[in-house]
Amino acid sequence: MNGCAHCGRLLVAPVGGAAAASFCCPGCKSAHGLIQRLGLERYYRQRCLEADGVGPRPETSLTLPDLASFVRTGSDGAARINLLVDRIQCGACVWLIEAALARLPGVVSARLAMTTRRLAVVFRPQEVTADVIAGRVSALGYPVAPFDPEALNSAAERRGGELLTCLAVAGFAAANIMLLSVAVWAGHADMSQALRDLLHWVSALIALPTVVYAGRPFFRSAITALKAGRTNMDVPISLAVILTTVMSLVETLRHAEHAYFDSAVTLLFFLLVGRYLEHRARGKARNVAERLLALGRTAVTVVKEDGRFVTLPASRLRPGMVLSVATGARIGGDGIVREGEGELDVSLITGEAAPKRVEAGARVFAGTINLGAHLRVIVTATGEDTLLADIVRMMEAAEQGRARYVALADRIARAYAPLVHLLALSTFLYWFVAAGIGAGGALMIAVAVLIITCPCALALSVPTVQILASGRLMRRGVLLKSADGLERLAAVDTVVLDKTGTLTLGRLELAAPVEERALAIAASIAATSTHPLARALARACPQARPVKAARETAGCGVEWEGPAGLVRLGRAEWCGVERGGSKPHPELWLKEPGRSPVQFCFRDRLRPDAAEAVSALRNAGYDLRLVSGDHTPAVAAMAQAAGIEMWAGEIGPDGKARMLQSLKAEGRHVLMVGDGLNDAPALAAASVSISPASAAEISQIAADAVFQGDRLMPVVETLATARRAQRLVKQNLALSLAYNLLAVPLAAAGLLTPLIAALAMSSSSILVIGNALRLDARPGTGETP
Amino acid sequence: MTILIYLVPLAVALGALGLAAFLWSLHADQYDDLDGAARRILYDDDAPLPDPKRQAD
Repeated sequence: MNGCAHCGRLLVAPVGGAAAASFCCPGCKSAHGLIQRLGLERYYRQRCLEADGVGPRPETSLTLPDLASFVRTGSDGAARINLLVDRIQCGACVWLIEAALARLPGVVSARLAMTTRRLAVVFRPQEVTADVIAGRVSALGYPVAPFDPEALNSAAERRGGELLTCLAVAGFAAANIMLLSVAVWAGHADMSQALRDLLHWVSALIALPTVVYAGRPFFRSAITALKAGRTNMDVPISLAVILTTVMSLVETLRHAEHAYFDSAVTLLFFLLVGRYLEHRARGKARNVAERLLALGRTAVTVVKEDGRFVTLPASRLRPGMVLSVATGARIGGDGIVREGEGELDVSLITGEAAPKRVEAGARVFAGTINLGAHLRVIVTATGEDTLLADIVRMMEAAEQGRARYVALADRIARAYAPLVHLLALSTFLYWFVAAGIGAGGALMIAVAVLIITCPCALALSVPTVQILASGRLMRRGVLLKSADGLERLAAVDTVVLDKTGTLTLGRLELAAPVEERALAIAASIAATSTHPLARALARACPQARPVKAARETAGCGVEWEGPAGLVRLGRAEWCGVERGGSKPHPELWLKEPGRSPVQFCFRDRLRPDAAEAVSALRNAGYDLRLVSGDHTPAVAAMAQAAGIEMWAGEIGPDGKARMLQSLKAEGRHVLMVGDGLNDAPALAAASVSISPASAAEISQIAADAVFQGDRLMPVVETLATARRAQRLVKQNLALSLAYNLLAVPLAAAGLLTPLIAALAMSSSSILVIGNALRLDARPGTGETP
Repeated sequence: MTILIYLVPLAVALGALGLAAFLWSLHADQYDDLDGAARRILYDDDAPLPDPKRQAD
């Protein structure tokens, strides 16, 4: 079977097959036409599609909020708009979008940043409008959303920039002061006092502004902690840096032989490296979440009393308004159907792949997609009052509970910092009062203690392992989102799996074998429809060619005037089958004239390696559970097929979250693996959570890690990597603490100068980084290059 | 040793020049799109569009 010439999806119902190329939908056809018209066919040769071979597919129903308010006009008359672009996969996508826009008359420049997915377009407002620009990008298959660069430039991003600037300044100062210091040490014996003083003064000139500038991240945090009556790792760091600098200044004024500006600045530099690495690890995930949230805000169409249609941003929707929901559009608010009937894709809310039937009077929820004909919906709740917002709130509440988790390094810092202060103070008092060597000398020894106990290695030991582990996981298709996720993953003893989309692929497939002739006819008819069940049926019989002149009745099925008479494929009632009670599986019926109706059952399939992954998890000692909102018999069957003994069905979103809380109350550390929006509160309530990349966006935001592909093994690998990383973190912490235990007595005894202390400190940092690198040294299993 | 009066400030000034260059590139968003810049070179247009400004002249 051929793939669509534009998006590469398997073809079930080719559209417009006159040309050599054929397409899966009108959107792809027009995108392909646009690309050819612009002479950009090179895109198809150059793109490197994702593993599953699905390219971006234009959404016909995409509506955008008013773009005019996002356009900024510069002094030269040129206008500028910033757009977030989704579904960018490779450099070819960037090239295609930029080239397609450059060929639009009136566009001055278009620049798309691949890392941040931000597109900046400068254009002449007299010749082209922002809507045309956004329209062209979305016609190519890339959803766009406008954004305000000022609003999106979040505090975290500014902090990253500040850290990097501080790091650069500290690095520059450290290198230059070290240069001068080497001159002083080397010429120690025969250097004139005037020359030494000059070099010290130059060092001071560089060091003082550097400490004031580059030390800010630490000073700020230390002051905040002290104000709150607590102490943290930044208090001894700030103290050590300030004391060393002041000491050196005093020494320089006294024309003394040694000044320790180099120690202070090098210390700052190393600590900033650690801080920056840590910040980077956290930033990646935040970027993804921000983009998804911005893309979620779409426009809605409202029917006015006089029958006119108006497009409004979803935020201006009010209860009582009448929404017009076209086929394929997302419903903007909770409401009740007034006119029309059809089926809704409710996977965002329930995680179930099978569509839900609605008719006049039925309640519908924001975020669901209309698959049937046109619906009119009276809005009952909007924005913050919708079920969608409720679920998000439940998730946030659960997440706050998790925020109370204290990372290992912080726990150590809490105990460690007061100890350090006490130690330095008692050293000073001992030498000053008991040994009576004068304030200057006693202070020097106390500073040496502060430097040697400096938590530099301690500060580096956790982030270095985290960076390496998340890099390793990323190469295996797992995106680790929260920095302390690894630590919580390593503590896991219970794994709770969701059924649909997690243990299974979340795609419907024909369950039982059906008579071949009936299947062929049904598939040919189904191939003309885009309904999920029809597509699943067409997939089951790839060689079937779509029939001509089939009529689709939304919410009922498809009928076709065959050689023997009218053939119907659709709901049981529509095909003349009387069926009472609930149906265990989604189904379609085929009614041919003169034959008894044939039933097609659909079922979700287990991930190919589900049983293997489950047994690997059990062998590793994890307690496994299966929970689902689906009917109990279906859950039981899946549990048995995957080999999970403990399972529960028909559990709603709050039930899942409650169940996780009770597991946690038993003292367990629970890993939740889930995908639907209904799982989001549970994902947030668990100690740690993973969701597949096919999951609802909100679940991906709630999860600590996201894995790609059809296999479940990445979950097992993530847990294994987390355990190994945790072992390395503990080794690192032990190393740096052991080093401190060894060096502190020497420093307190006054045997080390601050210089030697600084050198020893650097070597311990290198030791810790080297140990962390061992994470990647051992060859892993199943690595994909 | 009086040469140091010139050389030390000179060394510091050269270092400061490098620092200034780095800080400029940082604030000019040169590091915002590391992935894109690496791949962009592969998709260079063979026939770039004529500059509309120059065309008008």
